[in-house]
Amino acid sequence: MTYDLAIIGAGPAGMAAAIAAQGQGLVTIVIDEQPAPGGQIFRGIEGAAAQDRTLGADYAAGATIARNFRASGVEARFGTTLWHLEPDDEDGLCTLSLADAEGTDTLQARRVILATGAQERPVPIPGWQLPGVMTAGAAQIMLKTTGAVPAEPKRTVLAGQGPLLWLLAVQMLRAGAAPALILETRPADRIRENMGLATNAIAAGGAGMLWKGAKLLAEARLAIPIHRATTGLRAEGDQRLRHVAWDGGRFACDLLLLHEGVIPATHVPMAIGLEHAWDAAQRCWRPMTDERGATSHDRIAIAGDGGGIGGWEAAVASGRIVGLDQARRLGRIDEAGFGMAAAPAIAARRRALALRPFLDAVYAPGAAVLCPPDDATIACRCEEVTAGQVRAAARLGATGPNQVKAYLRCGMGACQGRLCGPTVAALIEETRGLPPGTAGLTRPRAPYKPITVGALAGLAE
Amino acid sequence: MFRAQSKAHQETIEVFVEGSAVRVPQGATAAAAVLIAGLFRIRETAVTGAPRLPYCMMGVCFDCLAEIDGVANRQSCMVPVTPGMRINVQHGARQTGAAG
Amino acid sequence: MSSTHDVSRGASHDAIVIGGGLVGAAIAWGLTGQGLQVALLDEGDVAYRASRGNFGLVWAQSKGLGAPHYQRWTRASALAWPDLAADLAARTGRDVGLQQPGGVHLCLSVAEFEDRAAKMARMREEAGNFGFEYRMIRAPELRDMLPGLGPKVVGASWTPYDGHANPLVLLHALHRAFTEAGGTYVPNAKVEADIHAAPHDFAVTAGGQRFAAPRVVLAAGLGNADLAPRFGLSAPVRPQRGQVIVTERTAEVLPMPVTTIRQTTEGSIMLGDSIEEVGFDTRQKPEVIKVIAERAVQSFPWIGRLNIVRAWSALRVMAPDGLPIYDQSETCPGAFTANCHSGVTLAGAHARLLAPMIAAGALDQERLGLLTAKRFNAA
Ligand SMILES: Cc1cc2nc3c(=O)[nH]c(=O)nc-3n(C[C@H](O)[C@H](O)[C@H](O)COP(=O)(O)OP(=O)(O)OC[C@H]3O[C@@H](n4cnc5c(N)ncnc54)[C@H](O)[C@@H]3O)c2cc1C
Ligand code: FES
Repeated sequence: MTYDLAIIGAGPAGMAAAIAAQGQGLVTIVIDEQPAPGGQIFRGIEGAAAQDRTLGADYAAGATIARNFRASGVEARFGTTLWHLEPDDEDGLCTLSLADAEGTDTLQARRVILATGAQERPVPIPGWQLPGVMTAGAAQIMLKTTGAVPAEPKRTVLAGQGPLLWLLAVQMLRAGAAPALILETRPADRIRENMGLATNAIAAGGAGMLWKGAKLLAEARLAIPIHRATTGLRAEGDQRLRHVAWDGGRFACDLLLLHEGVIPATHVPMAIGLEHAWDAAQRCWRPMTDERGATSHDRIAIAGDGGGIGGWEAAVASGRIVGLDQARRLGRIDEAGFGMAAAPAIAARRRALALRPFLDAVYAPGAAVLCPPDDATIACRCEEVTAGQVRAAARLGATGPNQVKAYLRCGMGACQGRLCGPTVAALIEETRGLPPGTAGLTRPRAPYKPITVGALAGLAE
Repeated sequence: MFRAQSKAHQETIEVFVEGSAVRVPQGATAAAAVLIAGLFRIRETAVTGAPRLPYCMMGVCFDCLAEIDGVANRQSCMVPVTPGMRINVQHGARQTGAAG
Repeated sequence: MSSTHDVSRGASHDAIVIGGGLVGAAIAWGLTGQGLQVALLDEGDVAYRASRGNFGLVWAQSKGLGAPHYQRWTRASALAWPDLAADLAARTGRDVGLQQPGGVHLCLSVAEFEDRAAKMARMREEAGNFGFEYRMIRAPELRDMLPGLGPKVVGASWTPYDGHANPLVLLHALHRAFTEAGGTYVPNAKVEADIHAAPHDFAVTAGGQRFAAPRVVLAAGLGNADLAPRFGLSAPVRPQRGQVIVTERTAEVLPMPVTTIRQTTEGSIMLGDSIEEVGFDTRQKPEVIKVIAERAVQSFPWIGRLNIVRAWSALRVMAPDGLPIYDQSETCPGAFTANCHSGVTLAGAHARLLAPMIAAGALDQERLGLLTAKRFNAA
């Protein structure tokens, strides 16, 4: 079966793109490895969590998007992973290799939108591999999909920085499980230094978002002890987390939730060889796209956070714009038609991104997050490779992560470098005296997600 | 480590984590069931045998690999629970029962 | 071949080795063992580097049908391997995971079995006094040797010479041993233009530095095709794509390597490797790895239950007749070239046999004479 458009990812961007494209008559299919629509932010949105008031108004907004998505009648395959994408097959189409509980199969599409979103930035502090150390996002997913909170809030600590950290703190607070302590890593002067950006944001229509954020912060600060400008974070314990420690303090806990912002999930875009650029403001790689999500490959577009972090409202707007542009490229609407249909989304995206430069500057991750100073810290969790080993490999002559991977196996484990990639690159850059973003990333290879040998052998012709 | 408490999630399912029955909300994943069961390991790494629990819960880190219904090394944070599901700790490298 | 423009001398060494893959690194390390000061020039992180994408067999049983000199060279390398592995471990603390328990080639049909038997018989005949020990083993006996064998397997050929090692650890260990022995490894140093080649007088610019030496060894893999003519040599190698699959680690044990299936010391199972003539194209093709998976499942059904954690494609360095090329320049004595598609297998020979020849200034014609690139001119 040949589709006009295949969309990978049913988060806010993927859903919005699908609705827009279907609306223009494109034969569209959406694929997501999760069991239901929502993506990371609206996890479990069709489930019980939609009724959970403690998750806040933004989360509730997701339910409307998911309803519209279902109502649009777009074909969707959940519980299905994309494990290989060939953007230039023999027929001049894209071939997608998929796997689900039944096995593997392929489909073809004229165009593909990657709406695979973001992942949390790795926070490689000493001891981060201990049971009991998780990401803040992980705890939030527990709230959304399971309605579960930390069993021992008094022994639970949040550490790091960024909007999601504060949102989670408040969500936990409202659910009656406020963490015992927040260790904020943001340096003291960051807000004052960036007041200019805040003023710009307000001018660009970001006042509402700024106000929303300030309210969250105030709510958390009233109820939860906060240690500011924390440095030297480490997780301690033998077989599991027992303490979190920092320069000047130590606290007994069995759950430590880390967060230092999110970064685009570049796995698939890198694997198919799209051009990427180092985003100095967000300290991460992102695929190069234009305003309409077009990439360096003319059949592939990117929508949402996968093209650079903007948050869910920007993702919805971008999904709509990118979806409409596929209709234009396939001749369903002309440039004028696109302009009319996309204008509200373009304005909405501008508003949604108004606060971004301020947030990027205020919550820029510290040097120790990007590049763990302690040689004993694990850089690659899968293969248990330390920062010191990576530095030694770089000194020996590895100028980038592909050679380090060959030397040390880091990036060869189950996560295929999704988690260690940024850290390994930063360690090489530090050791060899290179500017940030010049060591590159490893080239991910298929299968993007594990499939069994038997399932591959059974791949339908 | 976690406790299910939201009034919104009333429907629950019984699963077995390391042989013990645990009730978890519908919509939970196998990884969530392990966290609710209060285990301090979901796998032991194949490299050094170190214990791990889920880290990201969103399919990125692969620290949630577990044995689910007899199938080893499944990414448990991506697997929704089903009634009676058996979730066990993944001990190091996987056994396939080759000789059997 | 000498270039006409002025040569500023730059850092002087006893030998320059161009190409830091398995071939170049083994030779370079061997040369330091001969007391030479060596510069090993390599490209950067992104390069066609077969040494990062290969299968890791130290394999003799299928090498040199119709070319017994290649079989002898391969066996000499397999013999040199244990000492090489021990030496690397002692110097670097890295265990390259060498195992040489013998190996089998599985046959999935009667026709395959008979064809294989005929090939092996010819190999023995061609080996003459040098000898070639092998057995054709039928399924019932094979099942005892290899637990979990599939019903489709008809039999196998076996030789005692075969084995395997971890090729990535080998690459790392060679680079480390070389550096620790005083060698200079220079990454981001692609040799392109600005080459001076005269008898026992060579200089190249790479990575913004100038290197000079009375000897130069071209071991740039696929890069040799362009480099060789600059030194009065020829290396008509082409890329040949191979795709490989690796599974998760498994507790099951495969007691010996099979031509296309081997278990690493970590416990994962490697499945390989396709043979594709597609030029400089390292894309992966699901329909090709599907065939690899099918054959693996037919050989060992339990492998079907394993998750694939990685797969990749890489380019082999292939000569027109599939044999290695070793040569010395007649117009520019002191320049040598080395190319092969079995850089793991031949690492022992490269470090222990070839490097001393290069240090002494001439290739041993009895051993390597037939592997000159001149063989392609004759036709
Ligand atoms: C799929 C596959 C499976 C294989 N399986 C096996 C196996 O089981 N057993 C076995 O023995 N062998 C195997 N091989 C072959 C083995 O990998 C190669 O024989 C070996 O790696 C070749 O080494 P090399 O150093 O010649 O080439 P490469 O590893 O390609 O190294 C060439 C080096 O030269 C550098 N270079 C190139 N041009 C220049 C220049 N102008 N200046 C400076 N540097 C340059 C490159 O960056 C690179 O580092 C396999 C190969 C493949 C692709
Ligand atoms: S917890 Fe990270 S992949 Fe499942």
